This record gives sequence, C-alpha cells and structure tokens, in this order.
Amino acid sequence: MTGANRIPGAGRLTPARTARFTFDGKSYNALEGDTVASALLANGVHLVGRSFKYHRPRGVVSAGPEEPNALIGVERDAARQQPNVRATVQEVFDGMKTISQNRYPSLSFDVGSINNLLSPFFAAGFYYKTFMWPKQAWKHIYEPQIRAAAGLGVSPKEEDPDHYSSRYAHCDVLLIGGGIAGLSAALAAAKTGARVILCDEQPEVGGAMHYDKSVTVDGVDGFTWAQKTAADLAKMSNVTVLTRTTAFGYYAQNFVALVQRVTDHISKPDRRLPRERMWQVRAKRVIIATGAIERHMVFANNDRPGIMQAAAARTYLNHFGVAVGRKVGVYTANDSAYEAAFDLKRAGVTVAAIVDCREKPGEAVLAEARSLGIEVLTGHSVIDTSGKLRVAGMSVARNGSSAKRNIAIDALLTSAGWTPSVHMFSQSRGKVAYDAESGSFLPGVYAQDCLSIGACNGTTDLQATIEEALAAGELMAKASGFEATGKVELQATNAFQWTGGMSGAAEGAGEDTTVKAFIDFQNDVCAKDIRLAVREGMHSIEHIKRFTTNGMATDQGKLSNLHGLAIAAEALGRGIPEVGLTTFRAPYTPVTFGTLISHSRGELFDPTRKTPMHALEEAEGAVFEDVGQWKRAWYYPRAGEDMHQAVNRECRTVRETVGMFDASTLGKIEVVGPDAAAFLNLIYTNSWDTLKPGRTRYGIMLREDGFVYDDGVVGRLAEDRFHVTTTTGGAARVMNHMEDYLQTEFPHLNVWLTSATEQWAVIAVQGPKARDVIAPLVEGIDLSNEAFPHMSVREGKICGVPTRLFRMSFTGEMGFEVNVPADFGPAVWDAIRAEVEKAGGCAYGTEAMHILRAEKGYIIVGQDTDGTVTPDDASLSWAVGKKKPDFVGIRGLKRPDLVRSGRKQLVGLKTKDPNVVLEEGAQIVADPNQPKPMTMLGHVTSSYWSENCGRSIAMALVVDGRAKLGQTLYVPMPDRTIAVEVSEMVFIDKEGVRLNG
Amino acid sequence: MADLATRTLPLSGFHGGSASASVSPAAPASRLSLRAKPDAVASLSAALGVDLPTRPKTSASSGSRHALWLGPDEWLIIDETEADLLTAAVSSGVLHSGTDISHRNTALFVKGRGAEATLNSGCPQDLSLAVFPVGACSRTVFGKAEIVLMRTAEDAFRVECWRSFSPYVSGLLAEGAEDSGH
Amino acid sequence: MLLIYCPYCEEERSELEFRGAGDAHIARPTNIADISDEEFEEFFFLRDNPKGLIFERWRHIHGCGRFFNAARDTVSDKFKLTYKAGLPKPDLDATTPAAPVETYEATESNAK
Repeated sequence: MTGANRIPGAGRLTPARTARFTFDGKSYNALEGDTVASALLANGVHLVGRSFKYHRPRGVVSAGPEEPNALIGVERDAARQQPNVRATVQEVFDGMKTISQNRYPSLSFDVGSINNLLSPFFAAGFYYKTFMWPKQAWKHIYEPQIRAAAGLGVSPKEEDPDHYSSRYAHCDVLLIGGGIAGLSAALAAAKTGARVILCDEQPEVGGAMHYDKSVTVDGVDGFTWAQKTAADLAKMSNVTVLTRTTAFGYYAQNFVALVQRVTDHISKPDRRLPRERMWQVRAKRVIIATGAIERHMVFANNDRPGIMQAAAARTYLNHFGVAVGRKVGVYTANDSAYEAAFDLKRAGVTVAAIVDCREKPGEAVLAEARSLGIEVLTGHSVIDTSGKLRVAGMSVARNGSSAKRNIAIDALLTSAGWTPSVHMFSQSRGKVAYDAESGSFLPGVYAQDCLSIGACNGTTDLQATIEEALAAGELMAKASGFEATGKVELQATNAFQWTGGMSGAAEGAGEDTTVKAFIDFQNDVCAKDIRLAVREGMHSIEHIKRFTTNGMATDQGKLSNLHGLAIAAEALGRGIPEVGLTTFRAPYTPVTFGTLISHSRGELFDPTRKTPMHALEEAEGAVFEDVGQWKRAWYYPRAGEDMHQAVNRECRTVRETVGMFDASTLGKIEVVGPDAAAFLNLIYTNSWDTLKPGRTRYGIMLREDGFVYDDGVVGRLAEDRFHVTTTTGGAARVMNHMEDYLQTEFPHLNVWLTSATEQWAVIAVQGPKARDVIAPLVEGIDLSNEAFPHMSVREGKICGVPTRLFRMSFTGEMGFEVNVPADFGPAVWDAIRAEVEKAGGCAYGTEAMHILRAEKGYIIVGQDTDGTVTPDDASLSWAVGKKKPDFVGIRGLKRPDLVRSGRKQLVGLKTKDPNVVLEEGAQIVADPNQPKPMTMLGHVTSSYWSENCGRSIAMALVVDGRAKLGQTLYVPMPDRTIAVEVSEMVFIDKEGVRLNG
Repeated sequence: MADLATRTLPLSGFHGGSASASVSPAAPASRLSLRAKPDAVASLSAALGVDLPTRPKTSASSGSRHALWLGPDEWLIIDETEADLLTAAVSSGVLHSGTDISHRNTALFVKGRGAEATLNSGCPQDLSLAVFPVGACSRTVFGKAEIVLMRTAEDAFRVECWRSFSPYVSGLLAEGAEDSGH
Repeated sequence: MLLIYCPYCEEERSELEFRGAGDAHIARPTNIADISDEEFEEFFFLRDNPKGLIFERWRHIHGCGRFFNAARDTVSDKFKLTYKAGLPKPDLDATTPAAPVETYEATESNAK
C-alpha cells in the first residue's frame, strides 16, 4: 500500500514500482515518480512544516516550484543534507530521509508557536523598530538572538562530497518551458534545422497537462502527446531536450543560465555523475513558455494544512493518483477550480460545496457542477476556517451578510485566478504592462530578442496557444537564419474556457479587518501588514515589499506578489498599474552554491602556478609562499631549524660563499623590432639608445601621472631585440600597459612584444663564489670581470643547452642569472645545486632574497612603493633621463604636487635597540608624547632582522626623509614606543665592491 | 664538462579522460610567436613553408608544421618535429618579430565524441562544426586560464597553454571529459 | 555576460575574452611635456561618466589581443558599435532613447 489516499486507477504512476522513505523518522511507502509532497499526501500527511515567523502549522499548497510552505530537509548521509528543499519538486527515491523544519521539539508540538499568540508584537516592520536601543545591544544581544531564531533549515557541517559540472552551450532557439506551447514552438523551430534547446523544470514535459486531463492534441491525450513529442524532438540531431532543468537566470544578450538536476532523484547515483549541471546557454533567440501560476484566495486563516491551490489538487489526483481529501471544499473566484471539483467528484471524493465569491460563474462550469450534483454557493465567501493541524471546517457566508454556515471539510481548494509567469521576461529587462481585462501583468516592451507565448503571454485559449507557439517557433528560427520547409499543424481541444479571477483580499479580510489572511505564506505576511506599511508611510511598492518582506522569501512571491500589490493599490487609492510591480530577480528558484561554483573548487578553484623547479625545491624541504597565483620557495629549513634560523643561515651563506635562487617567476617580455629602443625610451624613464648589445640596465617605468609603476633589468641582446624583466606580480599588467601604448599611442613604431615569462627557467647564483659555481657548466662565454662585467648579458650554453646568462645582482654580491628554456630548468638546477654544494653554499628562498636586497637598499615596487611614490621619492632620480623629450610620465612628474617640498621620501631606519624589529606598516611620528590624533610622518615599508648586519634594518617613507638623516623619530606601538634613527638605505657595502667579486 | 641537461616536461605523467573524450599531453614541439605586417606575409610564408593565414580564426598546415592566426599581425607557428623556426623566419629577410616560445607553451590533445562538450566545460565559444570547423583556431579562455584552441579533426582539438597553467587546464579538461559523456 | 563584436576577429565573443580599458578618443598630446597643468588635468584626470552613450576602449586580451573602440549605452548595457582603434569617433545620434530598464535603482532615482 502506498498510501490510503491513493485512488485505484487514477494517476500515471506505476503501482508496482514502490519506494520507501522517511519523514521525521516515520517510514512511508511511495511510488516511483512521486514527489515527497504527493507521497505524504497519499499517506494522509498534510502537516509538513511550521511557518517562519509565527510557527503556524503549514501544509502543502502547490504541486510545483512556487511552493511556499512545504520546505523540508533531505538527507542522504552526514554530508549530504540539503535544507529548504521544496517537497513539491523533490522526487522520492528509495531510502531517502526527509525532515520537517522550523519546529522544536516536534512538528505537531512546537514551542515556537508562542509567536503566534504574541503576533500583535510582531507586526510588519517590528524588526526595524524594536531593536534600536541600546546601541550596543544590537551586536551582542539582538542580532545573535535573531540569527538563532531566523532562517529555515540547517546547513550541513561537512564539505559537500558531491561534484557539480558546468557547460557552455549555444543554440539558435532556446525554449524555456515544455508545456504544450513550448513543445509546439520547439517542433516548428526544430523542423527548420535550427539548433534548439528545450528545457523544462519537471521530470516530465507537459506543463499543465500534469493536471488537465481534458486536453487532446491531434486526437491523443495531451500528456501522452507531450511525452511523444519530446521523445521525437530528442531524436533530432539539432535538438537537445533537458528535463529537470530550470532556467533560473536571464542575462544580457540572451545569456540564460539553466540548472539541470542530474542525480537528486536517484536512490544510488553513479558517483561519476555530477549532482547538478549548470548550462550557460547563449541563444540567438529565446521563446519563453513558462505558463501561469494559480493564486490562492486571501481570507481569514487561509493557511491551515489541507488548504491548497485547486490545480494542485488536480495534479495530485490526475498525475499522482492521490486524493488530497475525502470531503473537500472549493473556494474560488474563477472557473478553473470547478474542474478540480469535477475531477475529484468523478474519482469518488465528496465535494462539500463550491463557494464562488462571484455572482455569475461561467455558465458551462455551473451547468456541469449541477449535473454532477455538486452544491454551488455563488455570491458566497469563505470567511474563516477551523482545524488545528489540518483544516476541519469552513465558515461560509453570503457576501455582505454576517450569517455563517459551517461546513465540515478535510481539504479546501482555492483559486483566485492565474498569474502569468513573467519572471524570465522581466529578468530579460523587458517591461511588463498591466492588462486590466485579465487583471494581470503581461509582457509589454521587449528588451531582448525573445518572445513570450501561451499562458505567460496571457493567451488562455488552447488552440490559440498552439497557433501562437507554432508561429513563434518558425519566426524565431527564421530570425536565426533558418527557413521553414513546411508548416506544422496541430489541432487541440479541451473541456472549458475559464472566466473570472481576482487579486487582493477577499470578503472578510478587507480594510478595517485584523484577521490573519495570508498573502505570503513563507514570510508570514498578511493582508493587514500591507495596509500597515501604507499607513506607516511606505508609498513605493519597493518600500512596501521591504517593510513587510512580502515576496522576499525563497519563493520570491510567486503566489503573493499580485495580492500584495492589489492590497497596496487599494490602500493607496491608486490603480494597480500606477503602483507597479517589483522587479523579478534571478534566480527564479533557489540554486545550490555547488552549481554556481561547479568546477571552481579544490585544485581547480584557481590556477596554482609552479615553476619548472618546484618539485626539486619541494624535495629539498622548501616552504612555499603564495605570490599571486605562483608558489615560490620561501625558505629551505634544515633539520632542527625554524624559519628564523633557516633564513639567517641562507642570508649569511650568500654573503660568505654562494647561494642559488629560483627567479623564474619574474616577468619577461621580449621586445623585438627596429624601433625597440625607441619604444623603450617612451615606456621607461631611462635612455636606451646608449645601451650596447650585450649590456643591461635597471629601468623604471611610470604611469602617466608620474608615479612608479614597475621596475626591472632590461638586457639588449641585439640592436633590435631586448629582454625585459618585470616584477613577478607586475608581469601581466606591465605587458598590458606596454601593449596599450604601443597599439594606441605609438602605433607607428616597428616593434612587437611577446611574453616570455614561462619560456625561461631562471636560476640566480649569488655570492663571492658564484663564478666558481657556474664556470664548470658554462660553454662559450668568458666569465671574467673584464669580458663579462656587472650588468651584462651573453648567450651561450650551460650544461649543453642554450642560455641567456645575465651578470646581475639583487643581493649586492657578484651574481649571475641563468636563463634556460624551461624544460631544462630542473636538470640545470640540479647541476648548479651540486656545484653550490661543493662550494659550501645553499639554496635560498624569497625571504632571504628580500632581506639581502634590503641590506643593499634595493626597493621592491609594490612593497616600498604604493602607487604614490615618484622616482625622486625613492632616490631613483638618477634613472630618469633628463634630456629625453618624452616618456610616459614625463608630464606627470612636473605636477605641482610631485615637485613640492615635504613629500615622503624613502629612507633607512635603524632602531635604537638593534634587537628590535619594526612592524611593516607601522606609523612614524616626531613626538611620541603629542596628543592624539598624532601627526604622522610616514610608515615602515620593509623591516627585517639582518643577520649580516647583526641588527634590525628597515626602510620607510618619511616626510622630507633625506633631510632627517641622523635624526631620531618614533614608532608608537600599542604596548610601547620604539625610537629609531633615520639612516641611508644602504646598510652593507656602500661602495659596491662586492658586486665585482 | 657537465652532462647534457635532460628535459622535464610539464605534463609528464598526466593521463586523463573518459570513455567519451581522451585527454593526453602532446609531444614537445618547437613554437614561434611570429609578428609581422601584411606586406611580409608572402615572404614569411615562403620561408616557413606554410601559408600564414590572414582570415580570423583560421590555420594552415603543411605536414607537421602549423600556422595559427591569433591576431591581425600575430601567428603561432608550431612544428611537431621541433625544427628551428626562428632561423627559418629570419631567412625571409623581411621585417618581422620572431620569439621562441617552445617551452613557454605546452599542449594537450582532446579526442572523442565528447571532445566538444569537454572544451565547453570551460570555453565560452561556440564550438559546433558550423562555427568552429576543422582547422579553426583561436586564443580564448578555458575556465580561469588562457588557451589557444585548434580543431584538428571533427572530434579532436589541440589545446595550447602556458606551462604553469597546464595542471589547471589538464585538471579541468579531465573533469570536463568525465562529464562529456552524460 | 555580454557578447562583444571584435572588429578584428569579425565575430561576437563572450565578454570573458575581453577587458575594458576606459574612455576612448582621449589622445595623448604629442607635446605632452609642454602642456599646462590644466591641460594635463583635462587629459589625464577628468572623465564625463555619462548616463547613456559612452565611447570606450576594450581589449580582446584573451583573443586577438587588439585594443578597439566601442560605443555603448550605459543604461541598457547594449553595444551600438565597435570599431578598430585609430578610426575616427563615429557620428551616432546621442539622443537615441535608452532601452526600457526596470531596476530598483532606477525606480529609486526617479522617486520623488
């Protein structure tokens, strides 16, 4: 037995195929194809959750994605716990565990429901008014309390073990929605040969055919026709049919995001499958066929379990074979709900009465009701309901009369009419227009290349929908460049044309009433809350929405928006179109973070760039640091060493013998062409004409505003070929900066730029024994000081492979930078490493490199400069060509602010106590005893313990720093004040004799 | 004199893919970033023995040598026999810029019925045969990395990327290949 | 995500392949070293930030690598035209009404 309310012979599920699942620990039988909602209803369970604010008992309202109440937790295992799953969408699988939410200790007895009794204190906007005072209480008391009480469901604590995928797709025509309209349009479009993608959020296409059994298309039942058509379409090579796939976001230029639920319905999914797949579709044309959503009636206590949309009850009966009650009432403002009564009556369910607030329902449905013997109370309204955990009765009164008649029921089906689903259209930035005749907002002005068809376009007649869809499919295919080769023709019939519909509060819930007539079930917003918002001075619908939170829950007001708008319009004394609709935003239904992230997690979150020698450095025990996307060897601790000890040893070794360093991440740009020197003259402050092939020069690059942008050593390999180096972090932006000027300001120059950063592995060998180390490995290059002086470059061979060998130093020691084609890097590193070992040297990391360069006063752009430092501020005026007619930044350097006195200049700092190491970023003042806020003179940019100097050293930007040499300044810290002496930036070998070995 | 240094390839040891798409590293090749103006195209084509394409998104091949249009004055020349491309270009005698990038780039082959879907797991371009036919090539993005993509057959692509991005690119290709069959 | 027509690749490509590069048609003065502070201010610092039609530079950085120019409507986010760098500023009717746009922010700015 799969539930006492399963009606034999009804529905489309196969009785033999059962599945077992639990809800709040209790086990139930279901049929394959059931949603959790249909399975619970089959077992007579209507109470599925507690409301957000008042903790009122709530039941299933809908049979689709618009569901506001039936939000449950779904568990597969400890890590796979999904909160806030709509029970009306989630399919049952064998072995699934589900739980109710927002209740304690149990669903039927919930202590939070005290909020319902206290509801006068929780009126709309209470949140904004109540927690104002005292100021400190918000952070420490109110917010933590509200956070604990608010929110639905519980997030899993473990990392999500599932994986998610993502795919870009392109098509000529994208169909959103696989109902009769979408399928018909897809047929017409596909027949032209156009590439078509059709997506539908349900497991099976058919849309309204899930509930409407009266439709025939081309002589077959509508649902059957839909399945056959989808199958035929899927067989075509130019068509992709995606079910369980929701279009959730419509972005610029027909970029539509879909989420396909791949395994959520499977009991034991193949773990190679992604749980969900995101499709990022770029469509030439989009056809929106998203149908309409039935609105509920707004009346007192309209939220009891068992009160639901009339069409939902039809879906449960006609698709799932489930009767939602045994004695049902119907309360409606339009004809469609009558058909629910007819279907249920024919299935053997007692229909207590159809209560129709209209005096004149459609004649056809009225006649049919009478012939079926159903009592119809026209001009009557349901003014209240009874029942604790499920509706037990309805109070019916003639409109305008106070005489009540109580009718016992166990389910109440309501319909206020149908709201066209213009979400996707609105997201496309199309402008909706109010149609007074149907009382709905319909697509008005289109902003993108799309068309709405069928119910979401206000077309209600079935045959008219099909004609519209076929024409749209052909038109949109044609607009994408495809011609129709023959007409598609379809004939369809259905039972009734529907009339009627209303929005806003029904009888007994109007102005001056204080009953709880819910419009937004999920956020517990009642009709009276909207009126309160208006009385409080909210006159824009956007303000009313935020004040009341109407439509702001995860269902985004799919049921409530129009009701809220109608009530606001009435309270404001304005028409609905004047008040206007709030903007629909993506996502249409909630989307998991996993899907949005898809591949971008773990190793694939962001590229991790490693140098060619990374594995060797790792084997030597290097600790790595992140420099942008790069991993760089930070220091190489030996057994028993901490970072401090390792770095001190590395620094000492370089100055005493020799060290080797992986400099591969430095940016490298090859500048080639007859105008290469002319171009570099414009890009750098230095002059390059005078640089001879085989020589190198340190260059500074400015932005047009005169501030230092990057620096590096540039080698001239030939008259027309330069090897430019940049900082590691600057490689990409310097390349872009240079391309920008070359392409747009200096396009007349015959020169080209190529990034060569990764062509070369770079091994710096630095120290007194550097030459001894590389000499045995180098061929064809005279390494003597005379033949190969400091700041030179030669091409030759090392270890038998080509090298660009630079004689340069970022340590102040005699040094070489060995560039070899990257694949040879590890072998050459190994060879040099062996020689370094013989010489008593070691490998050193970026921390030692930073200290060694600071000992020599070499700046690091981006550490000692911050985008507001000029060459003069950094004592680099010598590198600015005074006679050059032009270079980028030449005019910026003359700006009044850049030439004034009192600028911050880069200087050295020595702490009075040599053992104290300053903090980088610490502020500097002249008088530590001055009142706060103190006048700050600058800040520390670099600071280290220098083992070679036997003391701490620092660099700092200080106002008029060079004029303060020898003066004492102070660095106030939270726990003490540190006295420092302003010094020159060079702490070791001022004469530079060590550079020559 | 030291022993001749051996090569360590960035993707050595990598294997990936699925029943629907294989992902495998390409053998080393010589590569030249070639830059030139239109009037040098004929001479350079003759010198390199392959016609430099002048239409966007197209390539030309001659034996194991391929010329890929990357921009209006930029080509990627690939020689799978590791021939000296720089010297060949210089022999043209016309104004151009050639830079050896044989080691900057590395390449992967993606082959199989799911090859297109594999690439579309990270590449936003329309890779259908009508829009990206055999021989088409383009610099583009693949996830968070830049690649040069070339279609070598209806169900096969060559993916070029900078060497340090190759673990990321091969990893994402492997995930894309896994998903491409479903 | 926008689609941008690259005038060099002669094809629309995803925005992911491009990078914006600020206002177009601001030529660096050939005598830049000699211009006044006011002229430098105008050239380097001042931009109009119009609501509506804007001329701007883009680079097809992950494609052909070329910088080019575009005329875009900042309200509708639609490109009216893209064209190669160096070509003169096209004569587009700047009074073309902006495409309808419905955002909370837009509502706010019109609120009395």
